[in-house]
Amino acid sequence: MERKLPKKLNFVLTLLFILFVAFLLYLANEKLDEYVLRVVRLIAIYGVMAVSLNLINGITGIFSLGHAGFILVGAYTSALLTLSPEQKMMSFIIEPIVPWLANVHTDFLTATLAGGALSALFAFLIGWPILRLSGDYLAIASLGFAEVIRIFALNAISITNGPLGLKGIPEYSNIWWCYGWLFVTVIFVASLVNSSYGRALKAIREDRVAAEVMGINVFKHQLISFVVGAFFAGVSGALYAHWLTTIDPRVTTLGPMLTFYVLIMIVLGGLGSISGSLIGAALFAILFEWLRDLEEPFVLFGMRVPGIKGMRTLVISVIFILVMIFWQRGIMGREELTWNNIYRWLKRRGESG
Amino acid sequence: MSEIALEIKDLHVYYGSIHALKGISLVVPKGQIVTLIGANGAGKTTTLSAVAGLVRVQKGKVIFEGQDITNKPPHLVNRLGIALVPEGRRIFPNLTVYENLLMGAYNRKDKDGIKEDLEWIFQLFPRLKERLKQLGGTLSGGEQQMLAISRALMSRPRLLMMDEPSLGLAPILVSEVFEVIQKINREGTTILLIEQNALGALKVAHYGYVLETGTIVLEGPAQELLNNELVKKAYLGIA
Ligand SMILES: Nc1ncnc2c1ncn2[C@@H]1O[C@H](COP(=O)(O)OP(=O)(O)O)[C@@H](O)[C@H]1O
Ligand SMILES: [Mg+2]
Repeated sequence: MERKLPKKLNFVLTLLFILFVAFLLYLANEKLDEYVLRVVRLIAIYGVMAVSLNLINGITGIFSLGHAGFILVGAYTSALLTLSPEQKMMSFIIEPIVPWLANVHTDFLTATLAGGALSALFAFLIGWPILRLSGDYLAIASLGFAEVIRIFALNAISITNGPLGLKGIPEYSNIWWCYGWLFVTVIFVASLVNSSYGRALKAIREDRVAAEVMGINVFKHQLISFVVGAFFAGVSGALYAHWLTTIDPRVTTLGPMLTFYVLIMIVLGGLGSISGSLIGAALFAILFEWLRDLEEPFVLFGMRVPGIKGMRTLVISVIFILVMIFWQRGIMGREELTWNNIYRWLKRRGESG
Repeated sequence: MSEIALEIKDLHVYYGSIHALKGISLVVPKGQIVTLIGANGAGKTTTLSAVAGLVRVQKGKVIFEGQDITNKPPHLVNRLGIALVPEGRRIFPNLTVYENLLMGAYNRKDKDGIKEDLEWIFQLFPRLKERLKQLGGTLSGGEQQMLAISRALMSRPRLLMMDEPSLGLAPILVSEVFEVIQKINREGTTILLIEQNALGALKVAHYGYVLETGTIVLEGPAQELLNNELVKKAYLGIA
């Protein structure tokens, strides 16, 4: 039985929903205190990271572990563009910054787009060799490439300021930039998925050989998807850098740890589901912030427990494993939260109740 | 004068050290049904895979409509006008029947032509029309085979290659499939049909080849093969 809402109603509902969310964000921006607001903005940044990785891993089925590499490229590129020449001059104390970078200075939007573009270019170059590999080999190669990028950031001191990182990055990532980019990312990826191109990606994921025989250029499709995903990863990196205000090439900041976190978000939400990624990103941001106390000294059953570094990662991993045991395909599976699905679900409840 | 659609010349294929095709040659004239019969493991699937670009040809040539297509990648072979109904159907289980059909027409831009072909397919297989919105994986075996054939037809191929379309089907469906194959051919599509069901295949084909462990051991007009003593004994089960 077909249960579908008319297209017009669907559109109106979506429009109303967007306006409603915009209103909520406006309220949050006015009323919430700075600390909570930081988490609210982080949710959107994680959302961009998760949706972009989901396009690559969940929707296209490329098991990439290199997302942090793309995020790093976006973060450094954009930060180097928004930092003023004086700031750059002052913070590069080990080695002076290369002249061609010293004096460029752009607005935030240009810097973000540049971050995304450079990230996409990297993906294009990396994609040529690694997309010819399959499965585990691809995962390892992508992880390796991300590490190469990170180690470059650690050692190219006159470009990145090496281990000292970049400090004093302007905190441009306000609620509107973060949610604006999240909106663009979701609309773009969702349209891609629902086009005939997206259907081909799905076919490739289901049966690569059959897809090839249908005349689909598997390599080209995967490369495009990889590059688009990397573009938005770069954008998320730019937002992240201007949220953190300090970036450095440590493993935990923009390294494999971050890839691991984003992977948790998309698996938790459901590989292949865009709304799942958003839910996963929100849960992760809130939980991770909430668990921050675990790393401070606390009192448990009258005993003083000293703060243990890395404790929240451990707890998150355990929660993640539990969810995977009881909810194997993540919260959303491959379903999407669309009006049609909500309507069908309500109707079914109405009929059985 | 009959033109040639596909010509295979002295084809050799290896899987590692296994010499799966030991120099086979065959010709598929335009407008005909040619069948390649043989027991399990004879190299039938390997032959089609070699034409489709799915396995590497070490020696020999594949020529389609006069053009050398040896070792062309599969998506380019498809774009030249060759479609494959693969062994085991391989439909996309989580795409709907309609989406499966559209995948077959992936490289076509002629919307009207696609619509026409859909109508034609619904005439061939009325049952598919009722199941358009259903997921491919929920179809019965016979329906999946019909979908696999239809999906291949959606690229409007000039050569249709089918790998054991009757395998695993109930007897009534088997004869239905062979009837459809004849119908498709009569409407102008050249067919290379691979079968273990030698009787069914030879009945609909114009010409046949018999493959044994990577070598063609016999060929001839299908009618003659049906009466051949060796074929009768080894493939038709008639003493
Ligand atoms: N992927 C493969 N790797 C190794 N050997 C294979 C592979 N595919 C087929 N073979 C071998 O090649 C020979 C021909 O196989 P195949 O073409 O599938 O035969 P048929 O389709 O006639 O049953 C068989 O001996 C089979 O074991
Ligand atoms: Mg076979």
